[in-house]
Amino acid sequence: MSANVGAGIDRVDGRAKVTGTARFAAENNEKNLAYAVLVPSTIASGTIKTLDTAAAEKAPGVVKIITHLNAPKLIKTGTFVAGGAAGENRIPLDGPQIHYAGQHIAVVVANTFEQATAAAMLVRATYDAKVPRASLKEHRADATPKGMFGPPESKRGDADAALASAEVKVDEVYRTPVEHHNMLEPHALVAAWDGDHLTVHDASQYISGAQKDLSTAFGIPIENVRVLSPYVGGGFGCKGNVWPHVLLGTMAARVMKRPVKLVLTRKQLFTSNGHRSQTEQRVALGAGRDGKLTSIIHESLSHTSMFDTFVEASPVATPMMYASPNLRTITRVVSLNHPQPTFMRAPGETPGMYALESALDELSYKLKMDPVQLRLVNHADSDPESGKPWSSKSLKECYQQGGERFGWAKRNPEPRSMQDGRMLMGWGMASATYPTYRQAASAKVRILADGSAVVQSGAQEMGMGTATVQTQLAAELLGIPIERVRFELGDTRLPKAPVAGGSMQTASVGSAVKGAVQAALKKLTDFAIADSASPLHGAAAADVASADGRLFLRSNSATGETFASILNRHYLPAVEAQFDATPAKSEHSAHAFGAHFIEVAVDPDLARVQVRRVVSAFAAGRILNAKTARSQYLGGVVQGIGMALLEQTHIDENLSRFTNANFAEYLVPVNADIVSIEPILVEEVDEHANPIGVKGIGEIGIVGVAAAVANAVYHATGKRVRDLPITIEKLL
Amino acid sequence: MQPFEYSRVHDEAAAIKGLTANNRAKVIAGGTNLLDLMKEHVETPSRLLDINDLAMSAIERTSDGVRIGALARMSDTAAHRSIKEQFPALSEALLLSASPQLRNMASIGGNLMQRTRCAYFRDITLGACNKRNPGSGCSAIAGENRMHAVLGTSPACIATHPSDFAVALAALDGIVQVHGPKGSRDIPAVDFHLLPGETPQREHALAHDEIIVAVRVPSAPHAERSYYLKVRDRASYEFALTSAAVGLGLDGSTIRSARVALGGVGTKPWRSREAEAILTGKSISDALFREAAEAALQSAKPQRQNGFKVELAKRTIVRALQTVAGGAA
Repeated sequence: MSANVGAGIDRVDGRAKVTGTARFAAENNEKNLAYAVLVPSTIASGTIKTLDTAAAEKAPGVVKIITHLNAPKLIKTGTFVAGGAAGENRIPLDGPQIHYAGQHIAVVVANTFEQATAAAMLVRATYDAKVPRASLKEHRADATPKGMFGPPESKRGDADAALASAEVKVDEVYRTPVEHHNMLEPHALVAAWDGDHLTVHDASQYISGAQKDLSTAFGIPIENVRVLSPYVGGGFGCKGNVWPHVLLGTMAARVMKRPVKLVLTRKQLFTSNGHRSQTEQRVALGAGRDGKLTSIIHESLSHTSMFDTFVEASPVATPMMYASPNLRTITRVVSLNHPQPTFMRAPGETPGMYALESALDELSYKLKMDPVQLRLVNHADSDPESGKPWSSKSLKECYQQGGERFGWAKRNPEPRSMQDGRMLMGWGMASATYPTYRQAASAKVRILADGSAVVQSGAQEMGMGTATVQTQLAAELLGIPIERVRFELGDTRLPKAPVAGGSMQTASVGSAVKGAVQAALKKLTDFAIADSASPLHGAAAADVASADGRLFLRSNSATGETFASILNRHYLPAVEAQFDATPAKSEHSAHAFGAHFIEVAVDPDLARVQVRRVVSAFAAGRILNAKTARSQYLGGVVQGIGMALLEQTHIDENLSRFTNANFAEYLVPVNADIVSIEPILVEEVDEHANPIGVKGIGEIGIVGVAAAVANAVYHATGKRVRDLPITIEKLL
Repeated sequence: MQPFEYSRVHDEAAAIKGLTANNRAKVIAGGTNLLDLMKEHVETPSRLLDINDLAMSAIERTSDGVRIGALARMSDTAAHRSIKEQFPALSEALLLSASPQLRNMASIGGNLMQRTRCAYFRDITLGACNKRNPGSGCSAIAGENRMHAVLGTSPACIATHPSDFAVALAALDGIVQVHGPKGSRDIPAVDFHLLPGETPQREHALAHDEIIVAVRVPSAPHAERSYYLKVRDRASYEFALTSAAVGLGLDGSTIRSARVALGGVGTKPWRSREAEAILTGKSISDALFREAAEAALQSAKPQRQNGFKVELAKRTIVRALQTVAGGAA
């Protein structure tokens, strides 16, 4: 490992962010800017009867009001499943039908943000309202089997028969509520047209998807659309789609022939850009007295919108997680009058592993077996689903290192057996996993005549450290100092990168960067070999290596010259290479794994839970930057603690409305809720997952945390909470 | 936000005159609550009278207690030495409220005037609310009511009063001093906020043309030995699920005087004379505290989602009394 990679260097964009010079989407104040504000529907189901915009049109500063009655027709684009990036499988303002509360019914455009906001309140709609379908419980009977990207079911052996005859069983239902992403930076865009050329600054985790969707929707060539997103203030999955507001803001700019800024309010962020569906999951486990699983059944029910299918694939990790000869999983959905659900940090795994890892804990008590031991007994030495070998797997090391650091061996398994003063103490653990995905990505490298380099890929930086780790990687591959490499991203004029989602951006883009660096070095090598003035003239290409900004002979490192010297002699400003990296079909199954160990303190009278201590060990291949990786894990665990104890979107089921759409009442952890979190970065070498040996780390941090907390709460109190979040009333 | 006129007033008379002249005028101090509600169109004043220039922010010791000017900021009040030493429950209640940024802006008078967090009240498009639209109904009763009241409710309204400070003030016999066209009058804190009854839109005893100028709190052994306990889902920045402001005047282990008020459970800051009567004259014990807690919640009427508040409030009272009695047993 070189000094460049792995080191916990500071973020390359840290100074720009701290000093405020990093420009986020809404900070692009074009000349002659108009401001768009959206008007939401206040009913969840029915049709608009009348829409009175007269008062709003007369309000100061208003320049245009767009409704379904006068909106230009857009062309429908595809959702993720259809290969597009649309958040909703419908065109905004396509008619008077209302599918959910908060659906945009009008766009008010004015000369200032305040004028647009004031006028938006003057738009008056009347409705023919229908009784909305609001409740998952109430409409459970309508559930239909649906899969997200594949079939709804997965199966091996006969899980039901094996469960029936199992010596020890657990068969329980676990529930998770609607959760919202609630990143700090709201969705925002500034759209500007120049004839039929469009430039959009968008808070996006998927600029190439946005580019494609905008070109389709507005019927212009893709090369006419430029989307920029160099900095994003968090997304957690809800900025991976092109939501209706992006089309509406862009539409307003086109109608007005004026640049338009549109920023969603915090309240609108609860209804305009997806959420994590509520889930109801049955997990049934059958095992022998030795703890070996003989059957796993995982059935999940979640809700989707009235006009499209989104499946919260809770059992997604279940088939590969533990060795069991018999297994059955299924996902079902119910259509409700709620906004379209979407991907949220580890969609599927996050609610699914809460249920599975809770059920395992319940099984460990029935078996009177240590929960770590139970997991070791059922450790899958190869992928039980595909039969493939793992590209690498260090889950046992995670249990070992995490448990040791935590002091797990000192645990008395008896519930209510551990106390600190009056507080009941509980220790719980759970496994974590997330797949190692990769998609096609391109990168370009330019080695400049001064020996520095510029590396480009249209990737997205949402705070994970994308630019930093790619800079480190390129510097290592080029053999030059980090300070001499600049990584550029967030612009569709750069080589195409995939969505910053599925924890795959580093692997995808890094593989392209590696290829591009190698191609650029090869060009330089070829120059040198062919150049009679070079000390490397006539050398075999295979004998030429690079380090410290120079090429030299492997056999005699003193013979060589710098990149700069080669380029300068040829009067070349730079040598440039682009590489398109496409993942090949793999003979290996690649996943990151981890283990959480969590201590809670529960007040025996007031029933409040505090997470006192978290030790989480993760093995995720090569770590490019220990500091940004640690931050990713910390963030994941914090969000997991929120999921376990606090987060839930409340639904008024009479109105089918979300009632706590603000930061005072949608509770995420505050600093005072977080005491000690210690991530352990378990060393792991992976030679199969991808060319740079990394696994995704953005999502695994949250997976399993809620189960570990719930298991710790059981250990502390003897109460098993199967319904998140674990609030006071569930423990009184 | 609806357009409105704004003016800064430089003396009390101008403020009162401004209110008298316009029944849609409102006084603004810290603005932390009013501006939020104006953005949501729940409050639609036609004129704001900014009173921040008035000399009403002093916190002074008096012969029989403390006088806190209506414009004293929550932060300054919480940090004031006399408050911390003589009336700890007041300081604690303030510090457990809101966030540092809000406490730096929000005034003591405004704190008493803040309005409920009921979601149906705070969103003019969300169902019905008798408080913001009298006679329209109450969507909370059949809707989301985990955070709502179990004491002092009516068929018209079950919204809680959100203030922590007002609970401690009610417990410690605070007096709200108001000025109006007819001069000055004192309103006991326990009478300042009103039960919803049939008129939940009427929340307090202040007339439209009156302003709060100060609150006064009398010194007492039970004020010196007072404590505010707030129970909520997260560790900070959340309104109370339940809270208790308690004070005990002790003679050895005998309770000479007791004060108990509850927050998070009442439609107004909830002083419990029943609990106080049980405690007074008795010797401290966990059983006595539990008996007092039972009495405080005797008239509780839980809703669909907030039944747990009844037991939680009892336990909150017991824990608060145990804490304040600590070491005296």
